[in-house]
Order: sequence, then structure tokens, then C-alpha cells
Amino acid sequence: MALVELRNVSKIYHLGGEEIRALDDVTLDIDAGEFISIIGPSGSGKSTLMHILGCLDSPSKGTITLDGTMIHNASARQLASIRNQKIGFVFQFFNLLPKLNVLQNVELPMIYSGISGKERKERAMAALKLVDLENRSKHRPMQLSGGQQQRVAIARALVNSPKIVFADEPTGNLDSHTGEAILNLFYKLSKEGRTIALVTHDPEIAAVTPRRIEIRDGKIAKNVDNKLAGLGGTSKFVIKE
Amino acid sequence: MNLWNAITIGFKEIYANKFRSLLTMMGIILGVSSLVAMSALVKGMENGMKEALVAIGGLEKVRIEEEDIPAWQQHLADQAVGCTMNDVYGLQQSAPLVKLITPEMRMRPVLLSKGGRNFTPWNLMGTWPSALEMNEHVVQYGRMFNDLDNEFSRNVCVIGSSTRDALFGSPEKTGREINPVGESILINHQPFKIIGMFQHYESEQDRKMRAQAELLNQQGGTNKSKVNPSSANRRGSSYVFELKNSTVYMPMNTMWIKFKAGGGTNGVPDPRLSGVSVKVRSIELFELALQQARNVLMSTHKGIEDFTFRTQENWSESISASIKNARMSGGIISAISLLVGGIGIMNIMLASITERVREIGIRKAIGATFFDVFVQILVESVVIALIGGLAGLFTSNLLVKLLVVISPTDNTPVITFESMLMAFGSSVAIGIIAGFIPALKAARLNPIQALRYE
Repeated sequence: MALVELRNVSKIYHLGGEEIRALDDVTLDIDAGEFISIIGPSGSGKSTLMHILGCLDSPSKGTITLDGTMIHNASARQLASIRNQKIGFVFQFFNLLPKLNVLQNVELPMIYSGISGKERKERAMAALKLVDLENRSKHRPMQLSGGQQQRVAIARALVNSPKIVFADEPTGNLDSHTGEAILNLFYKLSKEGRTIALVTHDPEIAAVTPRRIEIRDGKIAKNVDNKLAGLGGTSKFVIKE
Repeated sequence: MNLWNAITIGFKEIYANKFRSLLTMMGIILGVSSLVAMSALVKGMENGMKEALVAIGGLEKVRIEEEDIPAWQQHLADQAVGCTMNDVYGLQQSAPLVKLITPEMRMRPVLLSKGGRNFTPWNLMGTWPSALEMNEHVVQYGRMFNDLDNEFSRNVCVIGSSTRDALFGSPEKTGREINPVGESILINHQPFKIIGMFQHYESEQDRKMRAQAELLNQQGGTNKSKVNPSSANRRGSSYVFELKNSTVYMPMNTMWIKFKAGGGTNGVPDPRLSGVSVKVRSIELFELALQQARNVLMSTHKGIEDFTFRTQENWSESISASIKNARMSGGIISAISLLVGGIGIMNIMLASITERVREIGIRKAIGATFFDVFVQILVESVVIALIGGLAGLFTSNLLVKLLVVISPTDNTPVITFESMLMAFGSSVAIGIIAGFIPALKAARLNPIQALRYE
């Protein structure tokens, strides 16, 4: 059984009597340990797909199973708990809390899962070590560079050992050099066995991932394995194996 | 997320916006301190009035006085005898619920003189030695007259401090306390010997002011401006004490034989008493005792209702009513200011969550539930109210001190524990109510929209 199973998922909005299908009958499996990218132009429905996969939103139709749990009809409270325990988010604008220091930002998800202070600190430090920022734990996010902030955000996403990490345009707000470092970090984490889904509009980034899912008009247009298709080398980003 | 975390976050948030939080708290601080100060003022008023009530003999005291004959008994008017010693003896023998009986025979007009000085006391009367206990008098110099003085109708009198001040000089003017015991004075041209003097009665406030004035005079030895406590402050309940100081007692029989039996101005002996004071055995039996006394008096007055009971109850009722009014109006005004404080909190919390939509979105995305966000915002509002309430309790002390300085009242305001508890409790309640709507609004935010919010 796959880690994530989408079956005939649709998301329909009603705007002024007009029906908009942001997602239209999407069926998709993501296996544990996969490194995939969800690519598509703006307005294609990729963000909606990520929101539904990330339990931030519920589908209008269809069923979703995450790690064996049905989530398409879960309550808000259950969704919050699933987001907390099984899902990590990395955003384009980092979304760190400016009033908290780096360590406190990384601790935040564990506060909501009720982990005691001492364990919280240990695990947050371990996660910061993973992204090579353990010596910045007392800094404020504003005192760090963009790339460092994004690494803090990644540490925060990983700290509760989620089943899957969603990264929404993680390099979109960074220069290409820093972006490359972040992609390398994702690649390294993927090698360590984590399941990661990158959401992007940039084919160069999507080309980094072994599998890519292209969304157009709310439907999956292609479901291509980059390496099998011989596209692995087309990215401008250099991934260090 | 447990409550402790929520409280920690609340404190951090307030600390991060120190100035704004302080301004918000100001409303609560003022509300709480005005509530406490108001109730302290009312409490002081109440204490002053109770003090005065005790000074005039307490609630158990009842005065029996002559009253106009009711219309339906007018035809018996020539039979009416008024209050006499018969009433006193009748009550003594037949009204066991009355524990203390004092006849009062007043004389007016009256003139006391010593040397070239004259004085007209407010109350000069012939009475029994029990008047001492009846009217809560304390003898400072000499003694009260006794039954023998009464029996032999001796020309002796016991005076209050006003008489001494007028005839011999007050301590403020002469600089020393004069003991008039043993001196001879004329009461309506008859020589009397002063055998005792009551202590000087004054309210708590007057006593304090006098002590202060004395201290001032001692320190600045050349300070000529004399502060007269009783004239500096004639408002409120202090008139009760002044009247009490202006009392002269002489034995009942002396009054009767020397002034009334020989005929007054028109030559007819007048055996009527100006009144009879009684004290009932206990306040619980008040109504019963009154009924008993009434039965006795109906007999001694031959069924003619030419007497009435003057109780302190009316007075005490009007005290309670005015205190209730003061408490009510003060309470409403303070409650309004507390409410304004609450509205301030709500306003600032709404502004704060609008500012922090993105933060709330982030928190929700990483797993905060509806309840987590709700509690976080609510705790913040309660913490503001809580700190404001505590600071308000502190400020209320200063406020009361300030009020005492700028408006010297008769009564020292008293801050009670209950009022502090009440004010603090309402500030916390206001915090909860004010935080409720903003917390609900924050908790209901959709995480996707909140994350997109700029």
C-alpha cells in the first residue's frame, strides 16, 4: 500500500454560480521514501493539490488515505493532529515567527504535540544539526540569510519526524546558488529515506526529482519518471550525489 | 498544547508589545482602582455614621416623648398628663424587657455663668445617674452624681467639655487642660458645684486632625496659626459629637425642686418630663420590648396616646439607604470605567489578531487546533486584564491617599479585602469576556487564507 493514495479526488469551488474545478478527478499514489515534484503553471491546481495532500483543505469528492488513515472526511481537529504528526511544511516565504528565536521556531510543532520542554529542546537541536544550523539556535530569523531561514523552516518541518514533507516553491524566494544548496539538502534528506514532495512551477527544479507529476487544469497531465525518460541531466541545478 | 505554554506565549506577546499593552492595561488599572477607591470611600462613610450612631446611644436606645393627642382622642385632651415619673416607675416595675430607664427633665431657657462669662448649653437636664450609661458618656474628671446627690437634691452638676471651654477656657486657647471640678458656677442664678466633667468627644477624623495639629505646633514652636479641629470641620456626622459635648446633667430631684416645683415663669409646678430614655434588653427583642413599654404607658396615661417612641431605627435606616445609594452610584460609575477598559482590551486584541493573521496561519499549518489558537488569544487578553487588575489594586491605594489629601472628608476611607477581591475578580472576568470574540475570530481563521495573507 502506498503512503498516500488519492482516488478520484476533485475540488470544486462555486464562484458566482460558476463551477470551478480546481482539481478534477485526480488519482495518485506516492510511496514511502519517494522524492517527487508537483509541477504546473500558476492556476493549474497544484497548490490546491498540495493543500489537500497537506490536510490544510478537504476535497469535494474522492477519497484520500495517508499512512493508512482516511483523511478526506476527517474533522478539523483530526486534520490539525495529522498536520502536526505526519506532515511537514516548507513554504516559499519561510513563514518563521519573527518574535521567536531559531530554536523556539523549531520547537513550535512539538509544543502542539505536547512534548515536554527538555525533549523538545533536544529534538529541536538534533533537527538544527541536520541542517547545519545548531550554532544559530539563539538567533532571530531576521538575523539570518534567506537560505539559513529556509533551512530553519526545513528543520521545523522535520522535527516531528513526519511521514511526508511538502515544500511549496522552497527556492522561489532565494537566489539560484542558495536554491541549489536547499535542493541539495532535500536530495540528501531524500537519500536518508524521507518522503518529500516539491511543489513548483519551474521545470528546472522539477527535473531534480526522480519522479514528477505535471498538473494542468486540475488534471494530471503527465506522470513521468525523469530518469527513465532520460531527462535527469537537463537541470541547471547540480545535485551532488 | 498545555495551559502553561499558552500562558508563557501570552506573557511573551505582551512583553513584545510593552507600550501598547501598558496603554491597554491602563483602562483596567483605572477601572479597578476607581472601584476599590469608591468602595473605600463608602466604607469610610459607613464607619463614620456607625460611630455617630454609637455616640448617641446605639440602636437599643429609645426615647419616649410627648406627642400631640390623636384626633379621635381630642375630647380627652384635658385628661392627658404627659410623661411623668409615673411612667418611669411603671416601666421599672412592669416592663422587664426594658433594661435601663432614665427620666429626662430639661430646662429652657438656661444660662450658665462664671465670673463675666456666660454659656447656654444645648442640653441641660435633670436626670438619674443611669444617664451616664444611657448616653454612653465617659467621666474624665471627678465623678457622676449618685443616688444620694439625687435624694438630697444637691446643687451639683456634671458638665461637658463645651461648658468648660466657654466658662474656663479651652485647651486650644489656654494651652493647657483645665480641670473645672470643684468650681462653682451659676445655673439660672442658682449656685451649683461642678463635681465632674465628661471627656471631650470627637470623631475619628477630628482626633487625627487634632493630633496632627498638635504635632505641627510642637515642631514649629513659633507657628502662631492654631488649627481648631472642631471648627475646621463641621460637615457630616461631627455635629453629633458637638451636641454631645454641650451637655450638662444635674440630679433629677434638684431640677424638680430648684427649678420646676417652685413654679417656673408662670408659678405653676410642672411635673412633666421632657422625655424618658430607655434601653431595651436586646435588639432581637426590640419590637416586643416596645410593645411591652407601650402597654405600660397606655395604663399610666389612662389610655390616652399622648406619647410616642423615637427610635434610632429611622436614622439607621436612612444611613443604610444613603450608603446603599452611594455604593450603587459609585459602583455603576466604576463598573462603566471597568467596562471601557474591557472594550479597550477587545479593541487591541482584534487589532493584534489582524496583525498576526499570518502567524496564526503558520501555527495552524504546523498543527495548532481551533482550541489551541482560541486559548492562546484568550490567555493573552486575560493576562492583560490580570496584570492590569493587580496594578489597579496597587494604584487604588495611592488613589485613596490622593483623595484623602484633595478632599478632606470626615471619614477616613477604608480599603476592604472584599472590595479588592471583587474588583480583581471583575477585571479577570472582563478579560475573559473581552478576549472571547477576538479569540473566536482567530481560531476560526482558515489556515490557507491566513498563510496567503499579507
